[in-house]
Amino acid sequence: MASIQLTGLKKTYAGNVEAVKGIDLEIADGEFVVLVGPSGCGKSTLLRMVAGLETITDGTLKIDDRVVNDLEPAERDIAMVFQNYALYPHMTVFGNLAYGLKNRGVKREEIERRVHDAAAMLEIEPFLERKPRKLSGGQRQRVAMGRALVREPSAFLFDEPLSNLDAKLRVQMRVEIKQLQRRLKTTSLYVTHDQLEALTLGDRLVVLNGGSIEQVGTPMEVYEKPASMFVATFIGSPAMNMLPVAYLRERGANGLLDHLAADTDVIGIRPDDLRIEAPDEDHLVVTGTVELFEAAGAESHLYVSLEGSDQPTVIRTSARPPVAEGETMRFHVLPSALHPFNQASGKRTQQGVS
Amino acid sequence: MQTKQMTFPSRWLPYALLAPQVAITLVFFLWPASQALYQSLLRQDAFGLRTTFVGLDNFARLFDDPGYLNAVSATAVFAVGTTLLSMGMALLLAATVNRMLRSRESYTTLLVWPYAIAPAIAGVLWWFIFNPSIGIVPYILEILGYRWNHRTSGSDAMLLVIFAAAWKQISYNFLFFLAGLQSIPQSLIEAAAIDGASPFKRFWTIVFPLLSPTTFFLMVVNVVYAMFDTFGVIHATTQGGPAQATNILVYKVYADGFVGLNLGSSAAQSVILMAIVVVLTVIQFRFIERRVNY
Repeated sequence: MASIQLTGLKKTYAGNVEAVKGIDLEIADGEFVVLVGPSGCGKSTLLRMVAGLETITDGTLKIDDRVVNDLEPAERDIAMVFQNYALYPHMTVFGNLAYGLKNRGVKREEIERRVHDAAAMLEIEPFLERKPRKLSGGQRQRVAMGRALVREPSAFLFDEPLSNLDAKLRVQMRVEIKQLQRRLKTTSLYVTHDQLEALTLGDRLVVLNGGSIEQVGTPMEVYEKPASMFVATFIGSPAMNMLPVAYLRERGANGLLDHLAADTDVIGIRPDDLRIEAPDEDHLVVTGTVELFEAAGAESHLYVSLEGSDQPTVIRTSARPPVAEGETMRFHVLPSALHPFNQASGKRTQQGVS
Repeated sequence: MQTKQMTFPSRWLPYALLAPQVAITLVFFLWPASQALYQSLLRQDAFGLRTTFVGLDNFARLFDDPGYLNAVSATAVFAVGTTLLSMGMALLLAATVNRMLRSRESYTTLLVWPYAIAPAIAGVLWWFIFNPSIGIVPYILEILGYRWNHRTSGSDAMLLVIFAAAWKQISYNFLFFLAGLQSIPQSLIEAAAIDGASPFKRFWTIVFPLLSPTTFFLMVVNVVYAMFDTFGVIHATTQGGPAQATNILVYKVYADGFVGLNLGSSAAQSVILMAIVVVLTVIQFRFIERRVNY
């Protein structure tokens, strides 16, 4: 068990390409932190820097209050689960799990015990004598986890471990990873580009963009109070709608926008906050034509072109809304559901509104 | 495997297109091979006036001939030595070059050059380097207290031909090893690093086992090369000497047949070599069919 401390962590590649631009982050002992962002945002590079697979250009990395900047990966007491699992193809599952322990000179009986404990926990005991190529994707994933588990490291690092699995298995493994982490209480750093995975797994999310942190917070904080337009559109699916303040003022919403900071010029509205039924309180009203109706089982998505705006807008409703394609209708928004942003800075303008 | 069907406008066209290749195979391979098989059963007198059929007597004589058995053991030493040296050096170079980022291409190009040199030229090159009177290596060895002379010492001569033959083959092995190394996913090596394996241990427990298909393939290719393609190297340097020390099987076929004019025995030797080639080829093809062995 250990805390991880990143102070001003920077990575610059040859040719002055800044992949990671000074990250400050503190991960508490036993915490599950998810790094999330689009491809190229530096999240994998950051994870690999923590693992010791990439050198650190600048800044300090502490694991358990020990500066580990110049230590070899093996000396950092971490274990990593790779995206492609990186199982040793010429070794059996047992060999894969035992390899790290053998290298550390753990006694034979101890290796046997730990491997069997981990295998039992992950339900891979029947496969211990098999080679990885004789396993299914989900089984390989478990072996990769097992290889991290047996080491009993002070931190787990996950590099998009679920992205090679099919949708159903991904959900199942997601739940298992979460349960396992709850049980072992091992500090974990998890990288993903999938916002849903990030929201469901993490105790805290770190949203990265262009090598910098956009926002750090619990999943609900990040979802309910995105700190920037980037976070607002990246977290949540379908993505948040963005409408100019001027547009809403034209629609006669003046009185309802007065509480927003003066520099607010863009308003974000989550697709489920645009409602078909009118609420009792004071609210904003916009009119639009339903261009496309998308049934997604438990919910439906309406693609709407708002009157007087060329901004495509998505609305999430119950499974069977009383709506037909081509219909023009009114949508209602509570003032409390507005997310105020400034276009130029991209940041949220006024704290305390949600 | 899917094969592409091709339809020709007339029946004889495909045969006409194949004809040159078939003709070359017949004239330069099947006919001489059958001649060798036939000759190996005959014996001529010293003046070439009379030829008698002797059955398998040529073969029987070979296996009683200490000269031939000496050539077999010289070939074994030579083939094993050449294979080990060229593969070892190639693996070392490939592992080193594989760690380079920007200079990898240039090193690869430079290291492939020796392969383009004719065996005889390679032989002469090494013959100069190791020449007891003017060569640079004997000069240095002399300082170190060793008197190199491959004209009188059989083991010196064997070392010389092994060096010359292996040097030429390093390029080929290097290319295959480099390709093999590059096909090993980087994440495996990273995983091993996190698992606490030292670079040396990573190489022997992860990289080397994963290279085994390449290694096995190269081993067969190198043995075949050492046994059959090294005539030029031997001929340009030691010519089988001193005292038959470097007289390998393929050179002995030439020496007995074209220098000694003992055509029956020479033909019998080439038939034995042909059998060895067949066996090695079968091993190689069998192996290539199931390329991955882990």
